[in-house]
Amino acid sequence: MGSLLQVRGLRTEFGSDAGSAVAVDEVSFDLDRGETICLVGESGSGKSVTALSIMGLLPRNGRVTDGEIRFDDVSLLDLSEPEMRENRGNSLAMIFQEPMTSLNPVLTIGDQLTEGMLLHLGLSRQDAAKRAVELLELVGVPRAEQIVRDYPHRLSGGMRQRVMIAMALSCSPALLVADEPTTALDVTIQAQILALMKRLAAASQTATILITHDLGVVAEMADKVAVMYAGQVVEEADVFELFDHPRHPYTVGLMKSIPHLGADDDARLESIPGSVPALANMPSGCRFQDRCPSVMDRCRAERPDLLETSTTGKHLVRCFLYSGEQAAVRDETTTAVAS
Amino acid sequence: MTTYIIRRILISIPVLLGVTVLNFFIVQLAPGSPADLYLDPNASPDYKERVEAALGLDQPIIVQYLNWLGQLLRGDLGLSYVSRAPVADVIGARIGPTLLLMGASLVVAYAIAVPVGILAARRKGTWADYTVVGGAFFGVSVPNFFLGLGLIYIFSLQLGWLPTGNMVTIGGGGGGLWDGLSHLILPVIVLSTAIAGNMVRYVRSSMVDALSEDYIRTAHAKGLAPGVVTRKHALRNALIPLVTVLTVDLAGLLGGAVVTEQIFQWPGLGMLTIQAISSRDYSVLMGVNLIAALAVFGANLLADIVYAVVDPRIEYS
Repeated sequence: MGSLLQVRGLRTEFGSDAGSAVAVDEVSFDLDRGETICLVGESGSGKSVTALSIMGLLPRNGRVTDGEIRFDDVSLLDLSEPEMRENRGNSLAMIFQEPMTSLNPVLTIGDQLTEGMLLHLGLSRQDAAKRAVELLELVGVPRAEQIVRDYPHRLSGGMRQRVMIAMALSCSPALLVADEPTTALDVTIQAQILALMKRLAAASQTATILITHDLGVVAEMADKVAVMYAGQVVEEADVFELFDHPRHPYTVGLMKSIPHLGADDDARLESIPGSVPALANMPSGCRFQDRCPSVMDRCRAERPDLLETSTTGKHLVRCFLYSGEQAAVRDETTTAVAS
Repeated sequence: MTTYIIRRILISIPVLLGVTVLNFFIVQLAPGSPADLYLDPNASPDYKERVEAALGLDQPIIVQYLNWLGQLLRGDLGLSYVSRAPVADVIGARIGPTLLLMGASLVVAYAIAVPVGILAARRKGTWADYTVVGGAFFGVSVPNFFLGLGLIYIFSLQLGWLPTGNMVTIGGGGGGLWDGLSHLILPVIVLSTAIAGNMVRYVRSSMVDALSEDYIRTAHAKGLAPGVVTRKHALRNALIPLVTVLTVDLAGLLGGAVVTEQIFQWPGLGMLTIQAISSRDYSVLMGVNLIAALAVFGANLLADIVYAVVDPRIEYS
């Protein structure tokens, strides 16, 4: 019996006329019940593709070509599409980035809220309708009794995202995947939605994968963090460890690019030069080499692995700068096993 | 909603008036006079003048128009210059056949176009999609007269299975369900080919758009079966923009199919239009045009009402 979710060596490719492009490569992480992991990274780093791979919602030209996804000790990649559908919206739920367009404009809120419950929980229409109202009240939608009969265009973005959350939670999922749930919302509404998600996940022991590019959101929500770059996890640690001791040069760069209240007025914000390499021509060796301030010859020749760097706690880094620490950890574990 | 409809009807009155003005004067631009066809070519000029005076054709065009309008306001479309029968009766006798032909063609066309368009959208980029798109392109491109004559040649002349034209077999007892149907088949094939070819392309692109919307992904994320996602979530959204296309087709219902009716000698409004033009029967032509204008206006109003019904985001106040 392992963690609720184990992702191991996930590789997702997209086919096109020009051949296939690897969008996600060697992505691994674990998640326990009630835990929140944040996937952080720039656009195109493979966060969303990782999430869609887990949900089995990849677009038609996308496909998982390697690795394993175990959820509740079931290998999701081995399930047939109908079996996967039984999980989707039920024990596996997802919230999307765009609340304004993620609800169907021609169906009532109540209709869309009850759909999953009717399908997965086998509730009667009356019971589902009653639970829909309760769910809306739970996520803080006022006048829930009327709202269930209304159409989405009557609601603001924040309210719609609350409805999306209610919908995702309607079948009490064990895992909630939230793909940038607050990116499209005002800052004040963002804080409310995040607080709501945190409260509900804690109350129901729902594990959460939260995708974001906002380190502020990470600090607020995460138990642990996986930093993604160009389709790979480059660093994984618990949230305090990551913020106190960022190790991968990319993570360090991300941290430096956050403005601080205490900084001098004329201090310039640092940025990471360059941009993410295109999927079609990933450099051999480390994928961050061209933007890395501490690049070495080795980085251009070999591909670093995601390895443990800390003997005390979990802190995985994909970088040759830490090969000393990584070797020490490896020696210690082999010694421990040997003795 | 009721206020909106009443307002729309009131707004339409000046528009319709404008349409009749344009029609009346354009028709007058055509050379020749009804009297030319009404009379023996050897009639004396004096007699011709008297006939024109009797028909009111000697008056200035504006007076003629106002006379016509005055009649119309009393609910009278006037008399046919050719047959001297009331225009309302002439048109009334042709509306039924046109409605039958166009209605049957619309039903057949939509019954084919909607499922085929959905299929193509769901299989976008596959050979099934390309076949449908190619077939639709053929349907739109092939001229009515060419397809009509081709079908008559094959099924009527060579195979002898179906009649070449008319609504019923003349002198053949005229009646019976099969007799009616057999006359309907070829013209309906010709008309529905064009309508369906057009509609398939709209259904397909509208459905492709709908299927790529975020709410479709949401629906999949709920674990709904693909068929449910298509029918419940995509189709209703995809049909909204098609209301406009349906409007144009509905307006055509009363306009009749001029070319097709002529080829198959179908006694509808389209054929009446051709006859009225060639015999300078201005009063019948004005009547047919008025009916067509009313049909366009009615179909547009209907479309707006249907929009409000199918799209909850639209409200009229």
